[in-house]
Amino acid sequence: MKTTKDTTAPGDSGDVRLTGIGKTYGAFTAVHPLDLTVPEGSFFALLGASGCGKTTTLRMIAGLEEPTSGTVHLGDQDVTALPPYKRPVNTVFQSYALFPHLDIFENVAFGLRRRGIRSVKKQVEEMLELVQLGEQARKKPHQLSGGQQQRVAVARALINHPKVLLLDEPLGALDLKLRRQMQLELKRIQTEVGITFVHVTHDQEEAMTMADTVAVMNAGRVEQLGAPADLYENPRTTFVANFLGTSNFIEAEVDSASGGELVLRAGGGKLILPEARNSAPTTTGGKVLVGVRPEKISLTHADDAGGIPAGRNRITGRIAGAGFIGVSTQFVVDSPVCADFEVYVQNIDRDPRLVPGAEVVLHWNPAHTFGLDAAQDIDAGVETVEEEVA
Amino acid sequence: MAFVNWLKRHLVVIAGLLTLAYLLLPNVVVTVFSFNNPKGRFNYTWQEFSTEAWQDPCGVSGLCASLSLSLQIALWATLGATLLGTMIAFALVRYRFRARGAVNSLIFLPMAMPEVVMAASLLTLFLNMGAQLGFWTILIAHIMFCLSFVVVAVKARVMSMDPRLEQAAQDLYAGPVQTFLRVTLPIAAPGIAAGALLAFALSFDDFIITNFNAGSTVTFPMFVWGSAQRGTPVQINVIGTAMFVLAVSLVLVSMLIGNRRNRQKA
Amino acid sequence: MATLTQAPPVAPPPAPEKRPPRRRGRWTPYLLLLPGLLWLLVFFALPVIYQASTSVQTGSLEQGYEVTWHFATYWEALSEYWPQFVRSVLYAASATVLCLLLGYPLAYLIAFRAGRWRNLIMILVIAPFFTSFLIRTLAWKTILADGGPVVDALNALHVLDVTAWLGWTAGDRVLATPLAVVCGLTYNFLPFMILPLYTSLERIDPRLHEAANDLYAKPSTTFRRVTFPLSMPGVVSGTLLTFIPASGDYINSDLLGSTDTRMVGNVIQSQFLRILDYPTAAALSFILMAAILAIVTLYIRKSGTEDLV
Repeated sequence: MKTTKDTTAPGDSGDVRLTGIGKTYGAFTAVHPLDLTVPEGSFFALLGASGCGKTTTLRMIAGLEEPTSGTVHLGDQDVTALPPYKRPVNTVFQSYALFPHLDIFENVAFGLRRRGIRSVKKQVEEMLELVQLGEQARKKPHQLSGGQQQRVAVARALINHPKVLLLDEPLGALDLKLRRQMQLELKRIQTEVGITFVHVTHDQEEAMTMADTVAVMNAGRVEQLGAPADLYENPRTTFVANFLGTSNFIEAEVDSASGGELVLRAGGGKLILPEARNSAPTTTGGKVLVGVRPEKISLTHADDAGGIPAGRNRITGRIAGAGFIGVSTQFVVDSPVCADFEVYVQNIDRDPRLVPGAEVVLHWNPAHTFGLDAAQDIDAGVETVEEEVA
Repeated sequence: MAFVNWLKRHLVVIAGLLTLAYLLLPNVVVTVFSFNNPKGRFNYTWQEFSTEAWQDPCGVSGLCASLSLSLQIALWATLGATLLGTMIAFALVRYRFRARGAVNSLIFLPMAMPEVVMAASLLTLFLNMGAQLGFWTILIAHIMFCLSFVVVAVKARVMSMDPRLEQAAQDLYAGPVQTFLRVTLPIAAPGIAAGALLAFALSFDDFIITNFNAGSTVTFPMFVWGSAQRGTPVQINVIGTAMFVLAVSLVLVSMLIGNRRNRQKA
Repeated sequence: MATLTQAPPVAPPPAPEKRPPRRRGRWTPYLLLLPGLLWLLVFFALPVIYQASTSVQTGSLEQGYEVTWHFATYWEALSEYWPQFVRSVLYAASATVLCLLLGYPLAYLIAFRAGRWRNLIMILVIAPFFTSFLIRTLAWKTILADGGPVVDALNALHVLDVTAWLGWTAGDRVLATPLAVVCGLTYNFLPFMILPLYTSLERIDPRLHEAANDLYAKPSTTFRRVTFPLSMPGVVSGTLLTFIPASGDYINSDLLGSTDTRMVGNVIQSQFLRILDYPTAAALSFILMAAILAIVTLYIRKSGTEDLV
């Protein structure tokens, strides 16, 4: 901020640049050296299960954790050696860390006062208005609801106009409905103030709703980085495919390649995979994991199989279970190539024959297929999601 | 049958209240006998009602001087023990250092040792050093045995403090000194106050260690002890009753104020 | 040590291991520790060493003492004063058990049943500390006085016949008997039992009682299987806080007892302050210290509560 502005070159970009940054505790590596650039003004999410290194990465940007290797740049300024109180970065802490002995007004004014600003009244009041807490200025933190406390934490950080706002699981303590509301609220505030937000979360839905760019972390490494839709449609590892939503996998062998398409064999049938959507090695006879999202698949009763258009990937199976959830029905299908195939069918015209035990054909547009290296764990990312829920 | 059931359900309450009565009975006796007009030197049997002692609480030579000495020593001992103990508590919770186990034992041991042992050991030291027994030796001893209790009280509070609060302060441009003064200290204050209160009470009421290390100096408990051998003036009961009433009313008033403040804010 | 405990030294809740935050000053912890530890080293640890050396000295007050490694002092002290040692342990143990029996219902009452009276009862438990414990102990002289209402009632109920037969009292008096001393010890250290008990009972979620009831536990079973085990940290620190000071106490024996109830504290006190036989006094207090430390260590090991500070 003011204290550091003089040292930064004019016209610098405000990008956050992490170069080879890593952290080890004794023999345990929390974060493997990684390079990451967060463009100025973007909403960036670090997504991963607990213990994946995302919070450590955030704390290294804040200066609360000293990196074992690498550097942190804000724009052109190297801040690696700066203590947290000299960095133009502010944090919204997990469970907020509001000062219990100060009222809301003094909590929000804390940063301004520490920088020697005398007349804080106007700024604080404006900031409290922005987060709709003008009435509560003289209350103590414990007298506010969780959602209100969360907004105080945001106001307390934002009032300092940081170059980067760091959010450490900011919505983790709120219930589902409030969380949805605060997601939109945070997105609105970010658009309004135009500050770079770096957001740490284990909730894939939260990351995808809010962020422009998501980095999926696993075991101290960034597995994949990209726009939410890109990550979802084109995952490059089983971890990403499972952690973001649900994926079905079929083990297949490469048969031939022609015209940008791979032809694969799986259990006697043939599947087509666009080469552009494959990240596995493609020697003939090599193994490929074929993935497809449950909502891309159509379900047709075996008696009507003749009506399925040609050119679609298809496999046969028998319905093992069906769950009606209103907007859609979730089927679990037993198939020779894959047990527990999940299929989500929108409730437009419900076929009364589609009940457990019915023989069916699953078919989908080959463009929705993705291919992954078969040398990885099919269930990576699945257990971690379940642990988080439990 | 209904009565037996009632008794069964309230057994714990009845037993608890009986214990409370056991705890308070001596105080009732002390208060009643502060209005006694005893025959002879000892105030152990009831004679007749009198407010004489209440009208002249300092009427016994040496009593009020010993009381004031005890208050002074308690004040200084509280100050010293709270300062040193708070520093130790912070070091124990907030830092990693060598020989932590040895430090913990050194703090635990004074609490796990009968007073008479500490008293005798300290006297041995003072005699060997040729120290003049009196105010200073009492103060040294009191700071020594209050220290551990302060450490325990402050440590409990600092340990329950969310470390993120201090990180938040640093994140909001407070340097180490500012963080300590503006966040750490105010939040640790109740623990420090509890430790100080404990130290004051321990020091004010101490007899055994003081008795060994006081020389010819007389604190209030020593005055009471002395009079138990020679003859107990009613004024002792007056002081005891007054301290009890004062303590209870101070606590009640502070609680009422606290309640009202909370209600206004809510 | 009869005084108020606001925060009894109960083991703190097992907090998740937090790494202390990084600090730049590597010497800060040592600077913070230095003054306090120095104080304890000079005025607590050093005296204990001095005393150890005194206990193996011989000589006289007039000619001075010299370290002669005369360990026989220990043997002589033990053989002469073993009844006082036995009495100390016996009295302190009885007082501790009584404190636990009396204190548990009150702590339970404050923690679960007192409702809006909780604070008031708490104050009433602590407030007597402000009346000097010596004055309060003297009040027991009045309460247990010969021919007083308490003794008369006990006589009428023939309770004293039983206690006299057990050797706890003598004739139709209570004062100047073991019973009076144990009664005084129990009274003096009862708050030290109640406060840690309360602290650990208060941490118990009342829903655990409901859960136990829901799972077919009778109230007595709930207490035996749920409440009491969960209050163990309080029981451990309460018994220690009662037993340790009680075993070294000589006030109650002096004020409420007789020459037949002398405890080891009385002996140390008179050897040190009246007879001025320093080596014997030092040996006695060293034996007491060693015995207490051994008992405490054993007890803590057994009960599995290691971190008391």
